[in-house]
Amino acid sequence: MLEINDLHAGIGDREILRGITLRVNAGEVHAVMGPNGSGKSTLAQVLAGNPSYQVTRGTVSYNGQNLLELDPEVRAQNGIFLAFQYPVEIPGVSNAYFLRSAYNEIRKAKGMEEVDPLEFLDLVEEKLKLVDMDESMLSRSVNQGFSGGEKKRNEIFQMAVLSPRLAILDETDSGLDIDALRIVAQGVNTLRSPENATIVVTHYQRLLNYIIPDFVHVIANGRIVKSGGKELALELEEKGYDWLQNVDAGAGAAA
Amino acid sequence: MSDVATRKSPRDSVAVGKNGADPVSTRALSPIEAYRANFQQQPAAPEWLQLLRAQGMQRFEALGFPTTKNEDWHFTSVAPIAERTFHPAMTTTAGVSSEGSTAGMVARADLRRFTFDQPAWHTLVFVNGEFSEDLSSYAGLGEKVRVSSLAKAIRSGVGRPDRLLGKIAAFENHAFTALNTAFIRDGAFIELQADAVVGEPIHLLFVSEGEGEAISHPRNLVVAAQNSRATIIESYVAIRDNCYFTNAVTEISLGDGARIDHYKMQRESEKSFHVGTTQIRQHRDSQLHSFSFAVGGSLARTNIYTSLDGNAATCTLNGLYLTDGVQHIDNQTSIEHIAPNCPSHEVYKGVLDGRSHGVFNGKVYVHPEAQKTDGKQSNNNLLLSPNARVDTKPQLEIFADDVKCTHGATVGRLDEVAMFYLNSRGIGRETARMLLTYAFAADVLETIELQPMKEELEKMVLARFADSGA
Repeated sequence: MLEINDLHAGIGDREILRGITLRVNAGEVHAVMGPNGSGKSTLAQVLAGNPSYQVTRGTVSYNGQNLLELDPEVRAQNGIFLAFQYPVEIPGVSNAYFLRSAYNEIRKAKGMEEVDPLEFLDLVEEKLKLVDMDESMLSRSVNQGFSGGEKKRNEIFQMAVLSPRLAILDETDSGLDIDALRIVAQGVNTLRSPENATIVVTHYQRLLNYIIPDFVHVIANGRIVKSGGKELALELEEKGYDWLQNVDAGAGAAA
Repeated sequence: MSDVATRKSPRDSVAVGKNGADPVSTRALSPIEAYRANFQQQPAAPEWLQLLRAQGMQRFEALGFPTTKNEDWHFTSVAPIAERTFHPAMTTTAGVSSEGSTAGMVARADLRRFTFDQPAWHTLVFVNGEFSEDLSSYAGLGEKVRVSSLAKAIRSGVGRPDRLLGKIAAFENHAFTALNTAFIRDGAFIELQADAVVGEPIHLLFVSEGEGEAISHPRNLVVAAQNSRATIIESYVAIRDNCYFTNAVTEISLGDGARIDHYKMQRESEKSFHVGTTQIRQHRDSQLHSFSFAVGGSLARTNIYTSLDGNAATCTLNGLYLTDGVQHIDNQTSIEHIAPNCPSHEVYKGVLDGRSHGVFNGKVYVHPEAQKTDGKQSNNNLLLSPNARVDTKPQLEIFADDVKCTHGATVGRLDEVAMFYLNSRGIGRETARMLLTYAFAADVLETIELQPMKEELEKMVLARFADSGA
């Protein structure tokens, strides 16, 4: 599904990703871990097409397409979803309007008919239950006045409604209490399927108690320095990241 | 009833043609001389009005058009208006009889898109500044309410318009108000007696129509006696994209405890010029809720001035201006805190695109006696294009010591983080831009209590930015 090859990217003159190589197949859950500033969030942003980052080298292929030449909205229309670490507040636009616009844009891109507000409401009711949110949130402005936990649940709710093929969760667990963490994980697990893939970017092992990854990768200094199975996450929890900082790049780059 | 006050008599028509556009007599004159000539050719009026007009003309000639050296016009050059010679707009009474009446060319169907889909509203239609009975409908206003054309009130003297006309809208230092005063002829005259409550809004719809560079000077007078209530809308629209100049003045007097919700819709044609002043005087415990929407005109200026003369009078002045292309839209507000215990709240927002230029100048003047004044003012602008420009000048002058006043102004561009957030959900740049623009304007639109008005403006904001370039 996704093949990242020697990806270099950064902001301005600052290179953050220094040769990421990673392969993600349908049905897999990959955890990308690493210390602060290692580049794991940058990887998530670059995959979603954030224009603030420039790709300087390497390739990313998504279902056979050159992902890097697609605008972010086209990536989303093709099934990529990024759950933001810091979801954006948009005062004045209701969640319902925002999400229905997104839903319909994606349907239009697929040549499907748009849904009207009532149909849409039917469709989202179930998804709201999944993340334990009340219907009243639909009429509130996007993320405005939401608590940290509500914002993260809203990301998972959007993911549930848009049902992406490749979901990228950028530190969705940061700032969540244990109950919220469980709700978020449950949302993600419900959406797991043999056709979909998930990349979970996280600093802590905690979330991986609830979302069991097939593969764990450790990023340090813009490179994947170690890859392994879910037990790698536990090892990191125990030893921290320091012992990996000096590991030579490419040691376990292929998953 | 005699028609003598407004009909152009043959004697007065010698110098100008029937439609006031004789090229021979005006070509050699400077624009200001042309105003003088047109002034002298006005039909006769009651003595008090002749006098008032003469005072207006005198002040206008003494002041001349303002230049950018004038602090009130620092960011707005009115040269395109000052250098043109406009001719008086064609009216039905000018072409009394059979042929060529312009009002006849405006049909109800043409106006439908300006009437908010509200047949129950009381609507007074003015074509080129002149009242059209045929196009208007304002039945069932109740006994305590009198609504008529100003021309009719001037002719008949009913309601004594002379008592307040020209007394609220100061023209000693305002050239455009002086010019309007020199040409007072028609507009709306609304009187609310004590305790009168008008359920449905009264919509004054000023339509410009016709060829050539015409000028009209609509003049409205609203007198709201104590504890009366009404919603009044002033709309300025055009059927086609003609070049003309609307120079409007509205005077509103709010008696003790009276409340007026005032909406100004400036939707003139893109080639036109518009200067409109609404000036209000508020007595004790009165409430003014003003919303000014400006989207039309190549060069447009809206002034909303209120004076809080009585204890505990309150006002909210809100507004939204949307500019595009090479438009220049200027908004000036003035709140005079004369009496104590008066709150005033003001939020103006602007969205500027293309190579357009927006201006906001909000004055809050707190006089020495106006203790316990609570004034809040903000102006926020969104620049959608690198070539758009806005000048904002909040102006707070305080001469009392026990007051609470805040003001602030911002100028920003579209939030790229929010843009990426929307894009990452599959929403393309165009739609995202529209959504974010709408979101920017949403909170000021939210202050509109009149639901059909709010919905119409929301639609207009969305439509305005739906198809413009990124």
